[in-house]
Amino acid sequence: MSAAYVVSDCWTMTRRELAHWARQPVQVLVGLVFPVMMLLMFGYLVGGGRTVDGAYVDYLVPGMLTLTMVFGLEGTMTAVTRDLDKGVIDRFRSLPMADGAVLVGRAAADMLQSAVGLLVMVGVGHAIGWRAEGGLGAALGALGLLLLLRFAMLWIGIFLALVAGRAELVQAVQILVWPVGFLSNAFASPDSMPGWLGTVVEWNPMSATATAVRELFGNPGGEPGHVTAAVVWPVVLLVLFFPLAVRKFGRLGK
Amino acid sequence: MTSEAVLVEGARKRYGEKNALDGLDLAVGRGTVHGLLGPNGAGKTTTVRILATLLRHDEGLVRVAGHDVRTGAREVRRRIGLLGQHAALDEELGGRQNLEMFGRLHHLGARNAGARADELLERFGLADTGAKPVRQYSGGMRRRLDLAASLITEPEVLFLDEPTTGLDPRGRVEVWDSVRSLVGGGTTVLLTTQYLEEADQLADRISVVDRGRVVADGTPDQLKARVGADRIDVVVRDAARLDEAAGLLPVPRTEVGVDADRRRLSAPVTDRMATLAETVRALGAAGIEAEDIALRRPTLDEVFLHLTEREPARDEEVAA
Repeated sequence: MSAAYVVSDCWTMTRRELAHWARQPVQVLVGLVFPVMMLLMFGYLVGGGRTVDGAYVDYLVPGMLTLTMVFGLEGTMTAVTRDLDKGVIDRFRSLPMADGAVLVGRAAADMLQSAVGLLVMVGVGHAIGWRAEGGLGAALGALGLLLLLRFAMLWIGIFLALVAGRAELVQAVQILVWPVGFLSNAFASPDSMPGWLGTVVEWNPMSATATAVRELFGNPGGEPGHVTAAVVWPVVLLVLFFPLAVRKFGRLGK
Repeated sequence: MTSEAVLVEGARKRYGEKNALDGLDLAVGRGTVHGLLGPNGAGKTTTVRILATLLRHDEGLVRVAGHDVRTGAREVRRRIGLLGQHAALDEELGGRQNLEMFGRLHHLGARNAGARADELLERFGLADTGAKPVRQYSGGMRRRLDLAASLITEPEVLFLDEPTTGLDPRGRVEVWDSVRSLVGGGTTVLLTTQYLEEADQLADRISVVDRGRVVADGTPDQLKARVGADRIDVVVRDAARLDEAAGLLPVPRTEVGVDADRRRLSAPVTDRMATLAETVRALGAAGIEAEDIALRRPTLDEVFLHLTEREPARDEEVAA
């Protein structure tokens, strides 16, 4: 199969996802508004009682950005499960298209949506007083780390959806995402937690990204030397789950 | 290159303990319509999914349009169309968007894919609704769009898995007409069905499938000859005279089935009109009132009972 066909198939599948957005603007909007709502809730309702060095909003925004990337897992799982449920995957698999195009389309659309989501959050964060103090290059680096985490979550999501296959199991995973997301330093410093819990939180891959992003944005809670961990963790997850997801998709007919 | 559009030899597929296919053989000549007739769970869908490269078989030879489904899956996919039991469409997109997308994935190019989509929408009477999302379509419209999607490249071999299940009589006739017009264009069609009538209407040859094997094979006429003729059903008003009526039918008494609960007699007939006339006359002469007298084709159950009771595989199982 020629490279031109591969590119064209991947583009066709990406177009499909974009067409879904155009068909369901409300759903897209809800997807963008939900993390903003969380940010405002935590910033204004919960944040009053938080103590960190400096303004809580400066600590919170990088944490919320990170959490949004992790929660992206849910959207990926839901979309993959819906395709499997509806049988349209059977049609794709009976066409002479490039093998990976279905997954590439999913990945491209989810990454694009997450990138737009990040920009919206950055804008809202700015509006409520959050500032990136580390310079433009470092800020772009921070966004890069966030998208890398999202990319790892994407393939975990595809794999879990292919393994679970059914909507009920997806719901179970969706619920489990919450404790994983909150067992991190997104909202509070591990120093404020009981010793063992603080250790769990520090080892959560999400915390590595949040800490590195805080450092790059020049926000409180950042520590030097966490950028490496924020690269290594997602890469490790990718090395594990990317082949698992691709293999699982290829074995749908076994 | 073989002359068969579909060739299956000794195909086996296991799901855990269950043999979905247990040495299935099948040969479908080019340009013909072949019916796979069987009850639920016989292995019809498994066969179609293997032929359409959606499922891998464990053993045996499976070739479609001259290519092995294992080693030449992509070549097979370029030459087939598939209409599965459930609509394989993107529910959120419009009908036209669906067809255009599938056309692009067949590598027709953007312009041709669009033109082909319009052509198919027109042909299947969906031109007015092409912009509506598929989830708003009725069952019949969805089926037609699904069929259109399986015809994007005028496939050499078309698989139809129970194409009319769940459709109303009108939708059923529409699908039948579409299938007939396709065959005129040289397409080979393999269709599965639970309805003897459907296979009889459409197929040049029929393979009767049971428990993952073909238990009988032939033209509809050959099969019907093997199954025995049509049947006559008589519903008698007075249950007390059921046995008496059974004795009056112009067929050997041993061949008459008696269903006391429904006050119904059923018997095979060879000469339809003579049997009907004689039955009416005999019952009238005896003063037995009939609620209903009907001539009908054998049902699938009767075909099966007839064909499989002579199958050694099932006899062994009954004995064990």
